[in-house]
Amino acid sequence: MNKTFDPEKKLYTLSLLVQDIPGVLSQVARLFSRKGYNIESIVSGETSQPGLTRITIVILGDELMVNQITAQCRKLIPVQVVKILDEETSIQREFAMIKVRAEDRAARDEVIQMANIFRANIIDVSRETLTVAIFGDKSKTSALIRLLSDFGILEMAKTGTLAIERGLSSIYDDSKLRTEYNYGKNVL
Amino acid sequence: MKVRATQAIMECLLEQEVDTVFGYPGGTILNLYDELYHYQDKIHHVLTAHEQGAAHAADGYARSTGKVGVCFATSGPGATNLTTGIATAYMDSSPVVFITCNVSEGLLGKDSFQEVDITGIAMPITKATYLVRDPQTIPDVMRQAFAVAATGRPGPVLIDFLKNVTFLNTMIDYEFIPWDQNRGTDSIRQLAVSHGLKAPEPDLGDIDTLVEMIAQSERPLLICGGGVVRGRADRQFRTFAENLDAPVAITVMGGGGFPGAHPLTTGMIGMHGSQASNVACNECDLLIAVGCRFSDRVALQPDTFASQAKIVHIDIDRSEIDKNVLTDHHIVGSAKRVLELLNQRLPQYQHTEWKEHILPLREKQPVEHGTDRLTPGQILDAIQQAAPQGSIVATDVGQHQMWSIQHFHFDYPGQLLTSGGFGTMGFGLGAAIGAKVGNPDKVVIHTTGDGCFRMNCHELATVEHYHLPIITVVFNNGTLGMVRQWQHLIYQEHYSETTLDRGPDFVKLAEAYGLKGRRVTNRAEMEQALQEALSCGCGYVIDCQVDMDEMVRPMVAGGAHITDFLLK
Amino acid sequence: MKQTISVLVENQAGALNRITGLFSRRAFNIESLAVGVTDDPTISRITIIVDSGNSVVEQVEKQLNKLMEVIKVRTLEENALIGRELMLLKVNANNKTRQDIMTICEIMGAKVTDISPTSLTLELSDTPDRLDTFQSMMRPFSILEVARTGMVAVQKGAGKI
Repeated sequence: MNKTFDPEKKLYTLSLLVQDIPGVLSQVARLFSRKGYNIESIVSGETSQPGLTRITIVILGDELMVNQITAQCRKLIPVQVVKILDEETSIQREFAMIKVRAEDRAARDEVIQMANIFRANIIDVSRETLTVAIFGDKSKTSALIRLLSDFGILEMAKTGTLAIERGLSSIYDDSKLRTEYNYGKNVL
Repeated sequence: MKVRATQAIMECLLEQEVDTVFGYPGGTILNLYDELYHYQDKIHHVLTAHEQGAAHAADGYARSTGKVGVCFATSGPGATNLTTGIATAYMDSSPVVFITCNVSEGLLGKDSFQEVDITGIAMPITKATYLVRDPQTIPDVMRQAFAVAATGRPGPVLIDFLKNVTFLNTMIDYEFIPWDQNRGTDSIRQLAVSHGLKAPEPDLGDIDTLVEMIAQSERPLLICGGGVVRGRADRQFRTFAENLDAPVAITVMGGGGFPGAHPLTTGMIGMHGSQASNVACNECDLLIAVGCRFSDRVALQPDTFASQAKIVHIDIDRSEIDKNVLTDHHIVGSAKRVLELLNQRLPQYQHTEWKEHILPLREKQPVEHGTDRLTPGQILDAIQQAAPQGSIVATDVGQHQMWSIQHFHFDYPGQLLTSGGFGTMGFGLGAAIGAKVGNPDKVVIHTTGDGCFRMNCHELATVEHYHLPIITVVFNNGTLGMVRQWQHLIYQEHYSETTLDRGPDFVKLAEAYGLKGRRVTNRAEMEQALQEALSCGCGYVIDCQVDMDEMVRPMVAGGAHITDFLLK
Repeated sequence: MKQTISVLVENQAGALNRITGLFSRRAFNIESLAVGVTDDPTISRITIIVDSGNSVVEQVEKQLNKLMEVIKVRTLEENALIGRELMLLKVNANNKTRQDIMTICEIMGAKVTDISPTSLTLELSDTPDRLDTFQSMMRPFSILEVARTGMVAVQKGAGKI
């Protein structure tokens, strides 16, 4: 057998294009839990086409496992495309909102300064708190969160990783693999 | 045209040329059954004793006729009783449309009486599930459901109608479009557009690569899998095998895809596979598997499976490729189309030396003669001689299943009905009912064990009511034979809870249901019983007394190398 | 009716499946869903926007609370929350149109993350409404693809989940 798969475990990013119908998200999520894989992060949001949702999933696994779960996802009727995005050729971003305790002026100044360095925005202020919004790649958001935790984080809401390919290639591109999967779903 | 919503459901069934449905009524599906009342001369409803029986019957009907089976059930327990049947159909890729009704919109999600999230429950065991909340979508959903069930890799689909959708005063727009025309209409266009569906064609480059690989091979082996049966590609497969002049191993689900008595057949492959098949698999240099998913009962040890061979996988379902066994080459496409294209390109080969090495390894286990006890071989031999060639065989699961498949020769798709993937005990009688309803001219034989039979024997009531002359042959060894065999071989003979030293008396049971039956203890009695069964015109139960220590041979343990026979 | 629900859950395989199952069971369509770890790595925060038709999600909230994996559930009032969403958008761009696109980006506060001779990839984080506006502004230039995270939300002021 001349096929080999990379046995090393690393983070893989999957991009899915699915029909926007009730239950589609649990259908996708179920495939992962059935095999006992934990999803590191998942985001689901609209696309430029009505009726279509784009789901971005990050999982930790080896190549063979990721290939299999991808195959299972592709088989679902409401799923139109699944693409494994390469770290080097894709842009990955996440977004976080962090509410920090800043009760005196000194603390407030410091938080604002830090936010400026990271190009984060202050989106809400109250007497005792500041809410900071940041977007960027994972290392950037994590670095800011670490620094802000010294002040005491009251709460934080964070999206998972969102990814898109660099350059002209997009999730809509046709490939032989896509044709092969469509064959099995063919209804005409 | 405005019609009642329920009427549209019935008309949609007629669009698909459905004339038979199996089911069991209940509270929420009352409206549908009320409509069925008006359609009873067009749609024949078979009322079973239990929803599971209805599910298996619809499945057996689909497997034996090649059409889509249809099964009705009510909400809650009615729906959950279907689940074993749905899973059985899913694992063996059998096209069945299950129709259930749920509570009304206002009661949904409130833990109402007989409410269950059946679309959620059925998600992992169906190709698709539909929850219908808007009556206007009924025609679209029905057409899509049938298209999804029947095409690509077939499989079960579940439609759950809310009760308010089926209210008899609900009127919707509907126009009758026969199934072969509605596949091109708006109803299915959404599916077609989203998945870029065109007339599908296997990749010709892939076909050429395989033709080249075949030219370089000296010891090719073919595996005939369930895909050949589901895709009704038996003729194409036979031509291919004969052109290639290669031995053919048959999986459990492949039974009927290639003639069982053909000179190229090596018999079953895998755990209870013949020596010829398993050795050939180990020694071949090119393995071409058609419509086979290399389950753990075939590829017992995936790492060493066909280790000297290049493995080529032909399957309609891309996600099966490289799932269980890593392959060297694959072609995605329907078995029929791929084999047609291959046959056009293939010269006649001769692999005499290889065949002479492999085929003699296949020797049938001799049937004992002149003993006063009844052996499984004698039972099957007697059936084979008495029943007309081409009789449909439905089995349950266990020793009798393996014996039946090893012994009988299946010649056409749909002749063997067995739960290969899910291994559902109690499948056989339901499937036999479905097969007999769908093929009234054929003799249907149901082989079963005492454990399996007891699980769904209440369907004898259905056999009696609809006058279905099904011959049930019970291999009654007073134990769960296959489990006992494992306990004997692997668990130091700790026969934990497998001895079935209990009732009922199967002959009296048959009589209680208004059928005939007979207990047999030797070959002569068996032959008499069969004659009686074949001529009596009603359901017949033959209770065959078999020794509890009979074993299925050969056997390779799960996870072991394919030629490491635990039993020869 | 659209409603925003914040859920704190333990990080376990299957937790997400159970949660989304509760919505599909009632045939509620999840508009968007965002999962991210919190400052405690064993706990994730899920923000769900759900279109529940005319029914109320209160029942779902109760059911969510019953799940073993769920630590806390909160339906956020629209006027008491800060909601933001992140979008990556790839649009066709050539020498003629590139400047126009950049101008719109400047007004809307979007950033250019990637550039090729025929395309631009833009990123923007803002309220879902503003993202919609931005998307419709980009439409005339022909959008190649869009990916959005779905909204995440925190409460205004010092209150927390």
